[in-house]
Amino acid sequence: MSKQVNLTINGKQVTAPDGLTVADAAKLAGIDIPVFCHHPKLEPVGMCRMCLVEIGRPVFDRATGQPVMENGQPKIQFMPKLETACTNRISEGMVVLTESEKATDGQRGTVEFLLTSHPLDCPICDKGGECPLQNLTMEHGPGQSRFNYDEKQHLAKHVPLGELIFLDRERCIQCARCIRFQDEVAGEAVLGFDERGRKTQIISISEPGFDSVFSGNTTDICPVGALTTVDFRFGARPWELKAEASICSQCPVGCNTTLNTRREAKAGGEIVVKRVMPRQNEEVNEIWLCDKGRFAYHYTEGKERLTKPMVRKDEKLARASWDAATKFAAENFTANKKDFVVLASGRLSNEDLFNLKSLADTVGGESILYSDMSGGELTQLVGVGAGTNLANMGKGDAILVVASDLYEEAPIWWLRVKQAADRGATLIVANPRQTKLDRFAKYTIRYAYGDELKTIHDFEKKSKISDEFAKANNAVIFYGSEGLGVSGTYGLASACANLLKESGHVGKANNGLVGVWQRANDQGAFEIGFRPAEDLAKALKGKAVYIVGADPVGDDPNLAKALKNAKFVAVQELRETETTAIADVVFPAQAFTERDGTLVSGERRVQRFHAAVPPKGDSKPDYAITSMLAKQMGVILQSASASVVFEILATSVEAFNELSYEALAQVTEQWPFVGRNDMYYGGTTYENTKGLGVQLIPMAQAGGTVRIPKVRKEAALRPKEKELLAVPSNKLYDLGVTVRTAEFLDQRIGEATVSINPATAKKFDVEEGQVVKLSYEGVQAEVAVKIDETIATGVALLPRGMGVAIHEPVVARVQAKSASGKVK
Amino acid sequence: MGVFDPIIELTKGLGETFRSFLTEKTVTYQYPEEKRPVRPRFRGRHVLKRYDNGLEKCIGCSLCAAACPADAIFVEASENTDEKRFSPGERYASTYEINMLRCIYCGFCEDACPTEAIVLGDNYELSFTGRSEAIYSKDMLLEPVSSEDMLTPRKVDAGVFTRSVPEMKDPTD
Repeated sequence: MSKQVNLTINGKQVTAPDGLTVADAAKLAGIDIPVFCHHPKLEPVGMCRMCLVEIGRPVFDRATGQPVMENGQPKIQFMPKLETACTNRISEGMVVLTESEKATDGQRGTVEFLLTSHPLDCPICDKGGECPLQNLTMEHGPGQSRFNYDEKQHLAKHVPLGELIFLDRERCIQCARCIRFQDEVAGEAVLGFDERGRKTQIISISEPGFDSVFSGNTTDICPVGALTTVDFRFGARPWELKAEASICSQCPVGCNTTLNTRREAKAGGEIVVKRVMPRQNEEVNEIWLCDKGRFAYHYTEGKERLTKPMVRKDEKLARASWDAATKFAAENFTANKKDFVVLASGRLSNEDLFNLKSLADTVGGESILYSDMSGGELTQLVGVGAGTNLANMGKGDAILVVASDLYEEAPIWWLRVKQAADRGATLIVANPRQTKLDRFAKYTIRYAYGDELKTIHDFEKKSKISDEFAKANNAVIFYGSEGLGVSGTYGLASACANLLKESGHVGKANNGLVGVWQRANDQGAFEIGFRPAEDLAKALKGKAVYIVGADPVGDDPNLAKALKNAKFVAVQELRETETTAIADVVFPAQAFTERDGTLVSGERRVQRFHAAVPPKGDSKPDYAITSMLAKQMGVILQSASASVVFEILATSVEAFNELSYEALAQVTEQWPFVGRNDMYYGGTTYENTKGLGVQLIPMAQAGGTVRIPKVRKEAALRPKEKELLAVPSNKLYDLGVTVRTAEFLDQRIGEATVSINPATAKKFDVEEGQVVKLSYEGVQAEVAVKIDETIATGVALLPRGMGVAIHEPVVARVQAKSASGKVK
Repeated sequence: MGVFDPIIELTKGLGETFRSFLTEKTVTYQYPEEKRPVRPRFRGRHVLKRYDNGLEKCIGCSLCAAACPADAIFVEASENTDEKRFSPGERYASTYEINMLRCIYCGFCEDACPTEAIVLGDNYELSFTGRSEAIYSKDMLLEPVSSEDMLTPRKVDAGVFTRSVPEMKDPTD
């Protein structure tokens, strides 16, 4: 524990950790000091002058170094003028007066000054109702202004900083919270001040505007309504919104969110999600949320949602009752028991996956995880220890990120890894191409695609990097699936696991292996027993397949072919997809916004999400549909509620043994305080009242035997002269079911591209933007060329989820389609 | 008491009736043919007012709904453009509904309105044959316009109507 300091604030004895500012120490003691520019997650700047207080310090005798006593008390000397509470660090014996006449006069004056140019258009301001300026004006402001209304500035009210964030120049009070967030926390200096004096304004200094995936956070910490999101602009007044706790289902970080809902006339009188807000969990997402999590929730809405079960009759899908549909599917699955395959994705909750696994096991079928990435059985053994918090990693610790572009795959991990590096942790980034994390890395390792295993094995040899890693107090490895398929990632995971085990970095908090999965609950699927198939097309061919929460037909032409030759296909989905179009039976499932459940994050934290809006049509939660189908097949599964299924799950799956919904709902107080009545302090992030979740204990921590299989190097693909090595990468905004429905993200999604080196482009005589024909493994696809110097020659980088599917490295041929086939 | 006293009293009374019949105005109204004008501060059915140029005063701020003790008002806002302008400024009410069965005509909505858009009018003749009929939508509440070109939404010159809330006068003036 750090050194404690005693001070007096408003006559109250306060003890706070050394190094805190007066504003933070007061907040910790329950005393409010009004602030605008100060934010507990940002460095103090003292720009707004709102936190003016009287500060007195004990007088020390220069000769003796002893405090000077006066009437038996230490003599306190106050500064002649007011000081800012946000820039002064606390010291022993300090006396602070926040409510003295002098201090309140200073605060009142500051509000009066701030309001000289504020438009006071609170009625139409999206921040109205949760606005720090509004609240602090009511509390500390003067009743009237001595300034002339006619001299108010009238500035632009609709300035797009990027396509997602709008700036209202009039409302801005120049606190620089947004600029400082981008500089200090996100590490992407895309905002700045322009002009000076009364003309000072916020501008975007990046191209395209506000080029950051963390842009939405600036609207949360903006103390006025200057920054608003395109999604929520004029959407509703804050007091009209209901709030329900949820977990982001877009990536394996598992950010805690709050869904704000309201009944809406535009949506035909339905209750809809109006916005997604971050919910504080200092061990997961702190108080932040990436733009994908904030804006890509729209897939749960819309006309394309499935509302009724459907059965194929005379080549067409026709509506049917739940009874008829499940019976039809059950008959077909029972008739093909030997060929029964469950294909489920990590979009599903633990409860769903558990019921699916139980059904497959009881009937004797196979259960396959729809993923290109493997190694979850190893993270069960040597995953990060319970109590892991990336915010506690710093000097003396090491983080290795291999085969993953965290910025694109798990932005909040990127943010927290970057901050750990800022605090002094040794960050090692190993990737065949340049990624945004390289900038913060102490060591960058470049290897050729196919050399992943060798790269990790090289850590066993003596070198500066391997020494620093081995000697680190704590070490975490993030491994991903860039340029790797199922077998490749398994090999990489085992190499990483061995490295961690041998260097003693397992079985403790802040030590272990983390998989950067493609979907939110892939880790949970591994815990429950799902495994990905090395050759999925082969595994599906001629089988009776029960596909849940996946769109293989839309993702990959080879899988589409395999499913056409399947005996029977039942699809359980939220929306109409290309897979539902070929299905024999379609079951409408409920979205995560409509039901309860739990997810396991990549750091193996089990977290609950709650139902926020009523279900669409006749849809049912996945676990209940599986239970209905199972009943028709003669298998009894629980389905009364998610918590009941979880109880059975907890008794059946060892890692979950101690867990219950009650345990997951436990909350301990977190610092800094956010989302209470004092939004001026931490922003509009919601306070966590519905549970912080529980981290599963890896086998290495539980004291079990940890045996990690050694994987030998696979034969690397060698493309011939006229060929390229096509490798998959992961992209944040892709065409997946869960992203593409948010129209305003179109610009960020872009089109299907293949990235190649300028030399490669020259060799094949293609140029930037040109549409080329790419052929591999019997598949032909058209993609636009993107020239990227950071990619090795002879390699073609294909982002996953953009309609051109490669699961693992393949040899591909490129053919220029036509010179005129240019796209913008 | 004399025998004629009651007759005298009766005649006096009838005399008073006769006098007032001749001299005083009648106070009864032949409703509904004849309607009594309401007092200036009467609170009847709501009207959504317009500016002189026809633009709607309502900016969809929903403060009336927040002030409403009976939860009778529902407002949903959207964004104005100069191509399709409903009201000055960025925001307008795309949905505005009042449930007249819930309304208690307290006038809090009037007090809360920052643009004096909603006003309790003088219409008290509200009767419905169904509950859904009691919900007055925006087109029913909005003040009629005198000419076609004052209808909303309409195309306006860019950059003219940028203020949602009318210019505030210095209170000391």
